[in-house]
Amino acid sequence: MPIQHLDPLASSLFGLLAILSLLLAFVMLGSRWLKNYLYAFAAESWAIALLSAAIAYYGHYPELYLVAALTLLFRGLILPYLVWRIIQRLDVAREVRIILQPSSAMVIGAFFVMFALSVSYRIASDFHLELTIAVLALTVMLSMKLIGFLMLAVRHEAISQVLGLLVLENGIFLGSQILVPGMPLLIELVVLFDLLIVVACFGVLVRYLQAHVGTTSSLDLKRLTG
Amino acid sequence: MSAGILIAILLAAPALAGFAAILVRSPRAAEALNLAASLVSFLCALPLPFLVASAGETFLGGYVAVDRAAAWVVLCTSIVYLLASIYAVGYMRLLGEDRRLHWFYALFAGFGLTTLAGPFMNNVGIYWIAIELTTLVSTFLVAFEHAAESMEAAWKYIMVVSAGISLALLGTVLFYWGGSFVLGPTYDMTWAALGGAAPKMNHAVVTLAYLLVLVGYGTKVGLAPMHSWLPDAHSESPAPVSAMLSGALLNTAMFGIFRFLGIAKAAGLGAFPELALVAFGTLSLLVGALFIVRQQGIKRLMAYSSIEHMGVVALGFGFGGPLGIAGALYHMLNHSLNKSLMFFGAGNVMRAYGTKEIGRIRGVLRHFPAQGLLWLAGAVAITGAPPFGLFLSELTIMRAGLKPSFAWAVYVMAALLIVIFIGFLNHFRAMYWDAEAAGDAPSRKTSAWSAVPMWLALAPLLVLGLWWPADLWSYLASVAQSMLPGVS
Repeated sequence: MPIQHLDPLASSLFGLLAILSLLLAFVMLGSRWLKNYLYAFAAESWAIALLSAAIAYYGHYPELYLVAALTLLFRGLILPYLVWRIIQRLDVAREVRIILQPSSAMVIGAFFVMFALSVSYRIASDFHLELTIAVLALTVMLSMKLIGFLMLAVRHEAISQVLGLLVLENGIFLGSQILVPGMPLLIELVVLFDLLIVVACFGVLVRYLQAHVGTTSSLDLKRLTG
Repeated sequence: MSAGILIAILLAAPALAGFAAILVRSPRAAEALNLAASLVSFLCALPLPFLVASAGETFLGGYVAVDRAAAWVVLCTSIVYLLASIYAVGYMRLLGEDRRLHWFYALFAGFGLTTLAGPFMNNVGIYWIAIELTTLVSTFLVAFEHAAESMEAAWKYIMVVSAGISLALLGTVLFYWGGSFVLGPTYDMTWAALGGAAPKMNHAVVTLAYLLVLVGYGTKVGLAPMHSWLPDAHSESPAPVSAMLSGALLNTAMFGIFRFLGIAKAAGLGAFPELALVAFGTLSLLVGALFIVRQQGIKRLMAYSSIEHMGVVALGFGFGGPLGIAGALYHMLNHSLNKSLMFFGAGNVMRAYGTKEIGRIRGVLRHFPAQGLLWLAGAVAITGAPPFGLFLSELTIMRAGLKPSFAWAVYVMAALLIVIFIGFLNHFRAMYWDAEAAGDAPSRKTSAWSAVPMWLALAPLLVLGLWWPADLWSYLASVAQSMLPGVS
């Protein structure tokens, strides 16, 4: 499926799902409640799973149906469930101390999207792809990356940081589905499994943090300096 | 024996030892299993560089490959794994955690396995997974002591490194995308395929992807300013783990940067890829120097020294040419040996004095004459003084940089190395010869387990400093040639 000769319907469907994922990243950026982050993350994963299925259908990549199913299962169900279990065990429902107001965070996020757009446009114009879905894919990929880093920087609860990390990964996954749908299946599967292990490790570590340090807020992790 | 069988045994040994350690649940059996596995891995890694042709070989349908650079890095790793496994026997017995010790050794063998396996991965994506797995396994080793400080260090470690390494994944995807315009939408993303497609790739994509990969794996290498996790993780983990993190893990991640540097150079970006690496290297040296001079924790001192030395290796790769590449690879080996020695010494002193603060460690030479001298020799070596190996490799790297474009970096490097020499040895002067406070006498005697690996590290360091075999030189120069076709 050369990206230049994409069916307009398919192109707009991909665009819609990519924009939806980006919007959900902003939902995460604009909220203070851990549960909201989690729901937004799960919804984002479903959008990406749908995107994989759409690409499989329109681009004739049958193996992407498997990726779509596994994305739905892992990123859409198991990961949110694991994180939900961690939240249940903690008595933290929201970010207590605000480093950056959600509204300011969203404005910064908007600037990130503009920056990502200009970078993507510059790159895509080198390939004469500036009028295709490639620009959007690159933009969403880079801006979700930047938003994820913003969340890591301004959120201090352990769970929000884990979710910020997952947003980083979601961005890459989304972009790679559109840009390089032909990427060997093995790699995508291994990355999916890898993510599961990552979250399991984080779960253990959050429990340790609570038991041995007595806090899950990174603001209190300041013993080691210099 | 062929290289393929050796690699299979090399990786199977720690894997089996790890699983067996979980099953037997006995601390003594677990330490023996791990020690045996590390010995087997070392014996397999030792002949590997001699067996590998300069073109390299691939196995298992192209997913596993070995070339001279990979064989070299694996040799460095296996040396540290062996030394750290010997040292761990004595050190971990003193921790009084026998109940959980089989888990420690299972993770330790797993850590050895992932760091040994990384350089063999021929697929760029699988290499990324291997590096990610090293983080996950070692996080729990850093957190092993369950103190609040080690928890904090582990959390910062996994958070910073996972976030950083996700940038490397983005860079890898962009490289694949760039390659798909040359090789078609589906291809095997091997190092060779990317390198072959690189000359036809778009420059903007390669530049962006290279920078992302450099920052991503640079986080794992501990290049400044992405180094923030490193001093915490290195200082709060048990000493054998610190040695593995510093001597083995950093090299394995640096190996990825080395590979991507080759691809970026093949893409014809001019001097930019080297310049970026040189900039990170210089900054790492600067950060290392500043924090070494005013350091108060003994293990943090060693950690900042690791940042410094990774900066030196980055400079070597950045300066390029046979001198630069060979010097950097030689420096990897020397640093692996020397930093293991330093962390072992720091671990012994820490146990003996019951503190990590340099200010409370006094009179080392009087209380531990033999080990004190050994550690002091290591300190002299790590600051790059002759007659040890690091002097030779640092000098080689400096010679490689003496060309108009990078001469400034050589002058900065020389000045900072002098600052580090003074700052580092000043701490040792204080620990060895400053007056002792009353009632501060160190308690425990250290066992042979903790002294032997220090001797084993120092002896080759001295030999390598006095005698750089011609065969070794031509071996390392051939790595440089295979990486840089047509570059002087």
